[in-house]
Amino acid sequence: MRYNKKSTASLKSTNVALQYRKQSRANMLWRQFKKNKGAVSGLVLIVVIILIAVASNFIWDYDTQITGMNSLERLLSPSLSHPFGTDHMGRDVLARVCYGARYSLLIGFSAVSISMIFGAIIGSIAGYYGGRVESIIMRIVELFLMIPAILLVIIFVSVFGTSLLNLIIGLGASTIPHFARNARASVMTVRGSEFVEAAKAVGASDLRIIFDHVLPNAFSPILVQATTRIASCIIDAAAFSFLGLGVPAPLPEWGAMLADARQFLRDHPNLTVAPGVAIMLTVFAVNLIGDGLRDALDPKLKK
Amino acid sequence: MRLLERCANDAISTNSERNTGFEGENVLEVKDLRIRYETEDAVVYAVNGVNLTLKRQCTLGLVGETGAGKTTTVLSLLRLVPSPPGVIASGEIIVNGRNVMQMSSRELQQMRGNEIAMIFQDPMTSLNPVMRVGDQIAESIRKHEKVSKKESLERAKETLLKVGITADRANDYPHQFSGGMKQRVVIAIALACNPTILIADEPTTALDVTIQAQVLEMMKALKDEYKTATIMITHDLGIVAETCDEVAVMYAGRIVERGTLREVFKETKHPYTEGLFNSLPDINDRKSELRPIKGQTPDPMKTYPGCVFVERCPYAVDACFEGYPDEVQFSDTHYAACKGYNDKSFHIMRGG
Amino acid sequence: MCDVLLEVQDLKKFFKTSKGMLHAVDGVSFTIERGKTLGIVGESGCGKTTTGRAILRLVEPTSGKIVFEGKDISKLRKREMRKQRQNMQLIFQDPFSSLDPRKTVSQLIREPIVVNKLIRDKRLIEARVKELMELVGMAERFYNSYPHELDGGRRQRIGIARALAINPKFIVCDEPVSALDVSIQAQILNLLKELQHKLKLTYIFITHDLSVVNYFADEIAVMYLGKLVEKAPTEEIFAHPIHPYTQALLSAIPNTDIDIKMERILIKGEVSSPVNLPDACRFAKRCNYTSEICEKKDPELREIFPQHFVACYCPHNHYCKNADGGIK
Repeated sequence: MRYNKKSTASLKSTNVALQYRKQSRANMLWRQFKKNKGAVSGLVLIVVIILIAVASNFIWDYDTQITGMNSLERLLSPSLSHPFGTDHMGRDVLARVCYGARYSLLIGFSAVSISMIFGAIIGSIAGYYGGRVESIIMRIVELFLMIPAILLVIIFVSVFGTSLLNLIIGLGASTIPHFARNARASVMTVRGSEFVEAAKAVGASDLRIIFDHVLPNAFSPILVQATTRIASCIIDAAAFSFLGLGVPAPLPEWGAMLADARQFLRDHPNLTVAPGVAIMLTVFAVNLIGDGLRDALDPKLKK
Repeated sequence: MRLLERCANDAISTNSERNTGFEGENVLEVKDLRIRYETEDAVVYAVNGVNLTLKRQCTLGLVGETGAGKTTTVLSLLRLVPSPPGVIASGEIIVNGRNVMQMSSRELQQMRGNEIAMIFQDPMTSLNPVMRVGDQIAESIRKHEKVSKKESLERAKETLLKVGITADRANDYPHQFSGGMKQRVVIAIALACNPTILIADEPTTALDVTIQAQVLEMMKALKDEYKTATIMITHDLGIVAETCDEVAVMYAGRIVERGTLREVFKETKHPYTEGLFNSLPDINDRKSELRPIKGQTPDPMKTYPGCVFVERCPYAVDACFEGYPDEVQFSDTHYAACKGYNDKSFHIMRGG
Repeated sequence: MCDVLLEVQDLKKFFKTSKGMLHAVDGVSFTIERGKTLGIVGESGCGKTTTGRAILRLVEPTSGKIVFEGKDISKLRKREMRKQRQNMQLIFQDPFSSLDPRKTVSQLIREPIVVNKLIRDKRLIEARVKELMELVGMAERFYNSYPHELDGGRRQRIGIARALAINPKFIVCDEPVSALDVSIQAQILNLLKELQHKLKLTYIFITHDLSVVNYFADEIAVMYLGKLVEKAPTEEIFAHPIHPYTQALLSAIPNTDIDIKMERILIKGEVSSPVNLPDACRFAKRCNYTSEICEKKDPELREIFPQHFVACYCPHNHYCKNADGGIK
């Protein structure tokens, strides 16, 4: 038998007392989130990036500075007028990087939204009904899980052509199985709860139970998975663009910029550094937020 | 080998004298204990001035409802109150003549399990699931006494027999036992080192009624054999009636009434104690109405200027709002904290 | 004559497990009259909770008939059963886990009304919710509170309000006060009794606490390992328990009167596993009064005294010996 502080089991009365706070779950979540300084910095950083992305349309002119060509100003070193220099087409690197934030953010959020929504629906149905329905759905899901997601995207883009939309759809669809699996597990946990049984006892229909009771309570793991997936999505998008399978030129997507900058790596490293750092910062921010969310949602970590 | 055996035999004697040489009447004294939990949201006043004495070989029932502070009080005896956020604001805890608050962590480790042992409510989480039951008992013995592994296992099997489990089950894992048997194992571990004081925190609450009866009978028999002083925490007055010699009733972190079993049960003085009795369905008279205590359990985050029971007390008067009542003495052993008795003619309806 | 509200005939519920067939409920039959309370008593694993759920078909019975107000509901389809549920409700044991933590008090109480489309007008619904809150003794200021902000007693009142929201005739109370503090238990018990009187409800009261069921029930049925072992009016069971298990159960209750010295009947051993049971009396292994026939065949429930049913061969006429078996 362990005589350590962990075996001091029920401070239940204390916990009951501490919960005498008129707070909704959302409020409680936010308060918990706020305490994590890393998470808050991540949130601030993402907001800044979003603002830059939006503002860049107004600061720079799209046609000339972002996608135009200016042979006179090719490959200039960093200076006051071009803090990161210019690329091989004479375009200001800083402007392109700032503008490029749109694509990464857009791809990240849209693709993950697709994955999350479809994955959650499929997973919830499987998790809630169990039996035959679950078996059929999960076997199909597992079939897709066997194929590396990257491969699925490559196939999709190869068949339907490279474009921003196809990249988003491809990335989104490729991880639907992963979300479905997570959602199913989460729903299965909640499905056995007494309050679900209570809803059945008062006559609620299955559909209502799933959407009104099960999903809201099963949502946390799905949300955490989504935030981590956004980060990897951004990296994946950059990778695909780097390989030429993603966003087509001349759109200033960070991966594409990296691809272009490769040949000039030795003499003009600034062309690589700018988009590289941008990717790093964005992914870092998203990960911080994701960690913060997970900690805030985990009841065991609450003091 | 012979020498070792003799030394081992010397080590096995049956009482606290072996441990500390303490011969006093009170194996435990608690004076004005105050404990609070400081969290970022608020401060919870868990224990607000508790005085307890536990006599040698006596069984004290600590009665109260959720949030009364019983568990926190006994955890502090072993210095197991998690801190942060727990803070022992003031008070003295004297076990076998030594002040627990001043012990080094080594001394505390020596004391835990050896002089004071504790049984928790849920046997499932008290036992290590990957360790054989016999080994868990033996480990506890070896920690406090210099005996060989073989010797400790033998002792473990003996203890198992004492709690009504056959010795061959010492090689089984906890999941192979039912709830009642697991709790017996927990009791065996607790008693293996012959502690002076045994703390049982709602030991039978998680068990079925017939199993509870078995375990209580066993505990009573063991009490006679091991001569351990016990603190029995429970909310069930029936268990108190069966197993305890003395009773202390806790409410909102304070002891509102204490005395011998007969005094508290038959000559109840505090309105809260009376309320507890009135809340119980009388098994002998089914038509009698339940008279519950009105209102809700107190908020441990509030401090009350007056008596903490005043909002629910049927006898409250103005004086009850001003200042916490002093303890009124009714006999050498019987005390209750109630201002009603300032009026000489006051008495509650129950008992004498 | 008596007005029978519910009749349960040979209800069975089996679960398939890796070790074999688990006989959770194995042939339970009883009737309840309108306005009365049947207490179902037993320890963990006896099947009382499953019986309660099976009657409401929250758990599908393996076989057996459930006749509610003369109508056989055991075979009704899902949609019709949902309608039938308006008459039969359940109060759950654990007020912490039986309420959706994301809903406010008003949303929780409103749900049965909304789901069954009984009232459409939003304001009327609000009025009804407030009426229910008052009925169960809950202050209006908690209208927008969340369950985690309230203590056990108040949460249980929410559960009761939910059960009453659609005016059921019959409520299964599954250990409604076990998770509550003693002083709150009494409040809730009084409330339930008052509501029964006011609203002419019929209850099944499931509990392991015999002192509570004594106060509450008109008739008591004792279950062990899925079967009814004894059934009689409350006074009769407490005065003359016949089945050895009932006797042991009664004597196991710690008595708060310190002057009464109890002859405690201790039964040996533990409850056997409800999987793959042989055809013998299920209590035989732990019983103090067994004889040969007990190991051969499972006794049927038979009427030994008027209204008093026991499933026991009474091999040593122990009930004559033990007229005050263990309790005074």
